[in-house]
Amino acid sequence: MANADQGLRAEGADPSQVISLEHAERRLENLLELHSISKSFAGVRALSNVGFDLRTGEVHALIGENGAGKSTLIKIITGAHAPDGGTIAFAGKTIEKMDPNLSRSLGIAAIYQQPALFPELSVAENIALRLERGRAWRILRWKERRQNATALLARVGANISPDARVRSLTMPQQQLVEIAAAIGSNAKVLILDEPTASLSDREVENLFRVIDELRGRGVGMIYISHRLEELPRVADRVTVLRDGNRIATRCMLDVDRAELIRLMVGREMSAVFPKVQVPIGETALEVRNLSCAVAGVSDVSLSFRAGEILGLAGLVGAGRTELARTLFGLTPADEGQILLHGKPVKIDSPSRAVSLGLAYVPEDRRRHGLILEMSVAANVTLAVLRQIAHGGWLDFSRQRRIADEFISKFAIKTPSSSVPAGNLSGGNQQKVALARWLATEPRVLILDEPTQGVDVGAKAEIHRLMGQLAANGLAIIMISSELPEILGMSDRIAVMHAGRLLGMLDRAAATQERILEMALGHGPGEQVAAGSGAVMA
Amino acid sequence: MSSWSSPVSIASARGDSFVFRYQRELSVLAAYGLLLAILAAIRPGFYQVQFRLTWVSAAPILIAAVGQTLIILAREIDISIGSQFSVCGVVAGLLAGLGWPVPAVVVGTIAAGAIMGAANGVLVAALKLPSIVVTLATMVILRGAMLWLTHGAAVHLPDWLQWFGASQRWGQASIIIIAIAILVAFAAGVRWLAMGRSVYAVGSDREAARLAGIRPFRVLFWVFVLMGALTGLAALLNTIQFAEVYPNSGDGLELQVIAAVVVGGTAISGGRGTLLGTLIGVALLGTIGSALVFLHIQAQWEKAIQGLIILLAVASDGLNRRSAG
Repeated sequence: MANADQGLRAEGADPSQVISLEHAERRLENLLELHSISKSFAGVRALSNVGFDLRTGEVHALIGENGAGKSTLIKIITGAHAPDGGTIAFAGKTIEKMDPNLSRSLGIAAIYQQPALFPELSVAENIALRLERGRAWRILRWKERRQNATALLARVGANISPDARVRSLTMPQQQLVEIAAAIGSNAKVLILDEPTASLSDREVENLFRVIDELRGRGVGMIYISHRLEELPRVADRVTVLRDGNRIATRCMLDVDRAELIRLMVGREMSAVFPKVQVPIGETALEVRNLSCAVAGVSDVSLSFRAGEILGLAGLVGAGRTELARTLFGLTPADEGQILLHGKPVKIDSPSRAVSLGLAYVPEDRRRHGLILEMSVAANVTLAVLRQIAHGGWLDFSRQRRIADEFISKFAIKTPSSSVPAGNLSGGNQQKVALARWLATEPRVLILDEPTQGVDVGAKAEIHRLMGQLAANGLAIIMISSELPEILGMSDRIAVMHAGRLLGMLDRAAATQERILEMALGHGPGEQVAAGSGAVMA
Repeated sequence: MSSWSSPVSIASARGDSFVFRYQRELSVLAAYGLLLAILAAIRPGFYQVQFRLTWVSAAPILIAAVGQTLIILAREIDISIGSQFSVCGVVAGLLAGLGWPVPAVVVGTIAAGAIMGAANGVLVAALKLPSIVVTLATMVILRGAMLWLTHGAAVHLPDWLQWFGASQRWGQASIIIIAIAILVAFAAGVRWLAMGRSVYAVGSDREAARLAGIRPFRVLFWVFVLMGALTGLAALLNTIQFAEVYPNSGDGLELQVIAAVVVGGTAISGGRGTLLGTLIGVALLGTIGSALVFLHIQAQWEKAIQGLIILLAVASDGLNRRSAG
């Protein structure tokens, strides 16, 4: 393959020879080449010296854990982000500065998990808006637009009316509309970001058929997926990213699943996790066959005890946050049972959850966790306003006292309790968010990505704090996408996949490989997911 | 391929049908038809003069509503049009007073509106300020400027300006014809011109529009300019009906116009609506007032009933959205 590649790229090749080669075999030449691409966001390395190439008629899979740098790499290719260093070449020509318009005009099309379509407009118009260029005064030919859309939809095997509003389509249908538009624009490079995540088996087979057809026509495709088992079926080569580095690029025939998983995780435990051994108390929270259709949580059974930290692992979209939101009453469960300290309870709203002694520190604290314009003191006491009020009037000195208590207990770095929470650093904001919920004196604490976006020092402090809280008898669920954090902090680890609990691992038995294996949907705990509630050792 | 499960095809079939897609337009049209039918049955006298007069006074509102429909389709709002309308009316009077010929008065008045629209457009599109605040500010500024300029006194209009010198009957007819022509022209424009569709695209999803090669802020700017120009025309067609023009002639117009657009089915969240719906909305809200008089219902109920219609319209949107999931 590499030889054919070299030969074709030679300058001044005889045109007739090129044509004959084209007829003989699928032409393989470098369509897209990225050399030593680096990119940092606010001092955090997202990509360092990453190389990547894509040939015509090739499906090149891009895999890696959450945060490995896949999205950043894609955004650099589509011109949404400018790299800090490195070069991009398209069809042998170096691109000085990639931007979204240039990338589109080169024929690079990206299809994201969340389709970027106009919900109020018809399918035909959505496709036309991608394809048509021209003056603002030009007159539109609706008949042509409709015929064109019908033809393109037929090619992707989609039974969708061109007059349907996109709003009324399902997610897989919208995805097919996007692919139809990409085909219509004669895309040379097609980026598919987890295209099969929301598809049924039959829809996946249809998608693969479309991919095969595009491959036959020389379209190069970058295929991002967490479903490793589908890669041999669809991909020619695979590149593994980890922590912003390219770990390997292999021919798909030369690697197996185990090898890919090993390449994805092979990371040393960089941070030190001060896991404190604390006496484990009684069962604090038990969940039996919990389901919530809206949130996509199905049939989850688990239990954990006071003093225990339960790590909740899984890929983004596996249903971890959704489970937390269901437990907290944001999306109340429609089936199953929740037992708090042995007593069955019904949690149908967050206020009910709070009064039962649950606390939830959400993932995106800028959006859900903190009110950045309000003072630290106001933020800390927001969940306990009733306790600091007399006849509806807030007792500000009491508010300050509570805030000061947490500021010293949690070592929150702030000039005073009256500065806006938004002025604090990420780690200290996270501590304020924690303090807010601990002020309610909960017995069960749910932490969603507690150290996301905080620096190493603050991270260690949050970990120390968690240990201290567990020692005080709090039962903690910690959702984290960082495997070392999960391994370092948890007493037990629950792994989720596609809204189900795939298995439970003990601290001693857990390794990054085992967790990832399960997170990818191949847990040894299938019987657990089936609802037996057994704990895997 | 028949891999799509049946609920999906049902949903899209429902979304595609004519009745489903235009249910708002059709239900408002039904309400208007009902109102006309009631009047025909018990007060046929309504159709002798009042019906025509209703449309004469609704014509300027319709023209302004065409512009406002574009604005709301693009997911913006212009609440300064009442003040713009007042300014344009006074401008028309002053230009006529200076002895300008009719065509120059027409052009000057429309240009005055377009300039005010362009000011809003620059603030919204170039500075990316929220239109509700920008146009609130320009509304107040223009109103204040009018007071300062005219001291609140009416501007007398030369005789030849009334009905542009034609007979009252012809003048009234031409006002209605111009308004309908504007509506038809714009309805065709948003259907068959690329720039018309880009208004829908920008209102539906600004980021997706940008990715589709549309320049959203350019579209917004021109939509505001059009809004101003149409307000100028509306003010002109209002002014020529009278012997003098008051500097507060447009007060409250913005609410009438926005109400008609919303009742006509244009979503305040942008991207969805038709100019035909706006026409029906203007017709219904514009007829209610005089219909009440003819039906011997006290006139003070007019506002309450209009408000009720707006609430009904918006509530039906909310219910629809919920049932559609």
